Amino acid sequence: MRGRREMRAGLAFVSPWLVGMGLFMLYPVAASLYYSFCEYSVLDRARPIGLANYADLARDALFWRSLLNTLYYAVLAVPLGLVLALSLALLLNSGVRGLTFYRTIFFLPALVPMVGLAVLWLWIFNGEYGVLNVFLSRLGIPAPGWLTDPAWSKPALILLSLWGVGHAMVIFLAGLQDVPVHLYEAADLDGAMWWHKIRHVTLPMVSPILLFNGIMGIIGSLQFFAIPYIMTPNGQPARSAYFYAMYLYDNAFLYLRMGYASAMAWILFIIILTLTLLSLRLAARYVHYEAG
Amino acid sequence: MLRALRSAAILAVVPLVYLGFTRGQWRPPDDGRVHISYWEKWTGFEGEAMRAVVEEFNRSQDRIHVELLTISQVDQKLLLATAGGVPPDVVGLWSSNLAAFADRQVLLPLDDRLREHGITRDHYIPAYWDLCEYQGRMYALPTTPASLALHWNRALFREAGLDPDRPPRTIEELDEYSARLTKRDERGRLLQMGFMPTEPGWWNYAWGYYFGGALWNGRDRVTAHSPENIRAFTWARSYSEQYGVGALQLFQSGFGSFSSPQNAFLSGKVAMVLQGVWMGNFIDRYAPHLEWSAAPFPYPAGDPELAEVAFVEADVIAIPVGARHPDEAFEFIRFVNSQRGMELLCMGQRKHSPLAEVSREFIETHPNPYIEVFIEVAKRERTFSAPKTPIWSEYASEMNAAFDEIWLGQRSADEALRRVNERMQRALDRWLESVARRRMEP
Repeated sequence: MRGRREMRAGLAFVSPWLVGMGLFMLYPVAASLYYSFCEYSVLDRARPIGLANYADLARDALFWRSLLNTLYYAVLAVPLGLVLALSLALLLNSGVRGLTFYRTIFFLPALVPMVGLAVLWLWIFNGEYGVLNVFLSRLGIPAPGWLTDPAWSKPALILLSLWGVGHAMVIFLAGLQDVPVHLYEAADLDGAMWWHKIRHVTLPMVSPILLFNGIMGIIGSLQFFAIPYIMTPNGQPARSAYFYAMYLYDNAFLYLRMGYASAMAWILFIIILTLTLLSLRLAARYVHYEAG
Repeated sequence: MLRALRSAAILAVVPLVYLGFTRGQWRPPDDGRVHISYWEKWTGFEGEAMRAVVEEFNRSQDRIHVELLTISQVDQKLLLATAGGVPPDVVGLWSSNLAAFADRQVLLPLDDRLREHGITRDHYIPAYWDLCEYQGRMYALPTTPASLALHWNRALFREAGLDPDRPPRTIEELDEYSARLTKRDERGRLLQMGFMPTEPGWWNYAWGYYFGGALWNGRDRVTAHSPENIRAFTWARSYSEQYGVGALQLFQSGFGSFSSPQNAFLSGKVAMVLQGVWMGNFIDRYAPHLEWSAAPFPYPAGDPELAEVAFVEADVIAIPVGARHPDEAFEFIRFVNSQRGMELLCMGQRKHSPLAEVSREFIETHPNPYIEVFIEVAKRERTFSAPKTPIWSEYASEMNAAFDEIWLGQRSADEALRRVNERMQRALDRWLESVARRRMEP
């Protein structure tokens, strides 16, 4: 009897969440699956057309272009971000004085709102007056037209993505501080060099965090949208910076093809799901869980 | 367990019921007037000009009160509000997205109301009236119009030994002037360009029209890959060929944003530019000492009949289907389209009037010294505008991407335009099929 009352109270307390989840998550997700098999403009009734949207996507050169651009971005941005975040965390964890100060400094950029960030970097990347190119030309390095040259637009955005590395860094730092000191002491006794300690003590101990940050990085980079939407509208120059989520958005809200956009969303979902499962499969072999 | 679920369900229903009853509708004050809501895309000074007209209307009578809300991305918000069943009573759109909305029956046809009030095409500069028509019906009326003209920097003309009162009349002259107005430093870097087909880059898709081309036949054929379009895009490409893609990229990356003193034309980096009637206002604001003039855009020397070609577009005002007070909404639209309302609005936004009849005072006191050039251009024989088809926004981004590829030398004009043509023909066919399907339904 008491169990049931508690159950009721518990459900009552979580009901706002249950309703929100059902109304604003589950229903739209289910609806988008249905619409992905329809011609649907949002403005009039959805008309079922079977697999036509998926078949059209397979033949749509721009779909492949945007997918390849996105994968290019993810393949470079995710590992670079992980390496940088872990390196910063290692440096901060090496017993520097004023750790909290530095931690705050490195985390601060991650708090800048996306739109402000995009506008700021438009100026940093400016070919003639941008601070980056002024700096490069002082060093005698030829300065590229970051956002005007199709060969440089994606590298520029990858560079920009490192700006937000603070999130992952803080998580790494927390993990590093959990690594038991006695492991390092044992390694010292065995005559391990710093590199050996990182390779055989630190990396295995933070591998669950590496996995977590990696998966979050993959999800985030495949959904890359707000920054290129502002910095490289229509993926210019020449669609070199046209990403998957931008094409999805354009289909949904500009071209009135919500059904097509829904199909794209489901394909992206399957890609992300596959990559995540793959990471977890790899993790079973390489990730070390202390408690388990 | 069942009872627990039931009470959870009851609790869950409470917010739903609340949402169901309110539907986010705004409740007007109870003052005996009909309150209508008006969403307008313009913020900033253009929005203020519209606010002045709204206030004038509210003062002019005591039956209707217009509530103006200036919002950005009005097209996307109209889309969602209409899908949600709560559109405003009046909405300010662009002529270029009218077709997409009219096609989906989002906007109320105005033909009966126009007939009833004797409002006809004769009252307008015909090109602007025609922008509001879609497949034989009128879905809007114009608010502020826009025509384009070549703007040139008189001081730079003098510096280059050109007569500042004699703008280029043909495309060939434009190229020649441009060469004389272009300056490089000793390292070969560009310091100043005479003309750049990519500045401001808002109508890159449209160069074909100035060479006698078009983007579709108005019904069922996409004509991006026409000889005229290929010629136009090859002409544009000649600039990046001549001056070098890299040098132009570097030069261009130094331009500031449009509405700032670092604008390429305002800062004297580009001496001649195709721009709209609003440009005079930006010159006043950001470069008040700039000496400038405006004249119709040049045409290819061998085709004098193309001198009549001119680009027009307009802001338009319409009534969404599902508006609660369509009659009152039309009253307001009629006021905006009266000579008094229109001149107040267009003077405030510093544009010309879309009406055929304009007061002397409007012309004489207009802050843009070349306002008559823009009116003359809008009255030309061969005006063109964005194709009136629902596939236009996709077509436009395809054309702009193709322009980039051609400009950068990644593809020839022939090949890039052929690809756009194939892709957009498929899109047009798909749309025509969907129209046919919709017609079959009861």
